[in-house]
Amino acid sequence: MLLAADFPPEVTASWYLVLGAVLFTIGAVGLLVRRNPLVMFMCVELMLNAVNLTFVSFARALGDLGGQVVVFFVMVVAAAEVVVGLAIVVSVLRRRPGATADDIAMLKG
Amino acid sequence: MPELITFILAGLIVLAGALGVVLLRHPVHAALSLVATLFGVAVLFVAQEAHFLAAVQVIVYAGAIVVLFLFVIMLLGVDEAEDLSIEPLTGQRPVAIISGVCILGLSLAALFFAGGATGAKGTSGTPMGGAENITELGRLLFTDYAFAFEATAILLTIAVIGAVLLARRPPGEVLADAGSEETATPKAGQEPEVVS
Repeated sequence: MLLAADFPPEVTASWYLVLGAVLFTIGAVGLLVRRNPLVMFMCVELMLNAVNLTFVSFARALGDLGGQVVVFFVMVVAAAEVVVGLAIVVSVLRRRPGATADDIAMLKG
Repeated sequence: MPELITFILAGLIVLAGALGVVLLRHPVHAALSLVATLFGVAVLFVAQEAHFLAAVQVIVYAGAIVVLFLFVIMLLGVDEAEDLSIEPLTGQRPVAIISGVCILGLSLAALFFAGGATGAKGTSGTPMGGAENITELGRLLFTDYAFAFEATAILLTIAVIGAVLLARRPPGEVLADAGSEETATPKAGQEPEVVS
């Protein structure tokens, strides 16, 4: 299905789903590898976007707008998450400048 | 053919931006790569007839969220580059990459062997593109998903209050905090690396 015989191949939903899977993987690996809390947040955004892309692909493939509505809600939740998460990062980094995820692993004040 | 070209170009932008977020040492550069990724995803949304979501993606994500990231980076002065050659936990990177390969393999296996995605385009008559898209989205939001929509209103209110409470200084600590800020500020800005 991905390697259709005729050229130019038709861009099907599978292509978008594969791209979403790759994007999600890059975000997950980045979240595990990076230590700067801000960059880790950006990797979470990458993963959320991969899921959004998947939802929109399925919305078109199935002809159901519910997928797009879910993406709308994901965006709202992501915005709320970024606001609260960045507030936490600000209050942590104000006490200890230059802290990484390893320095604040013990949940001590 | 146009959709193929759009997909390839936007996909390259998305993947290059994502790799930039993960691999660039400087947080500001990572944030700018994130803009590229978000923009590429918006293009893919347009290619899939989700016009309203593409606009929201550019306005909310690329506009508001990335600006918030950049604002925090500038505010805290954490824009010194991270040394990526140091591996704090022994063996963390290989394990991370192995789990990444596993995630990708499982997703692709689920995609191609579970038989969920046929790759065929939808045949039902729901209007997807153009002005109908926004009309139908609005109708769904205020009928089928009205409860979830109201819940997001509460969620946003809670998020705003929580952010104010978390980021504000406690009233008693103002003087002490200002003193520590004065000592901390030159430390944070010790190496004023020029963003090029």
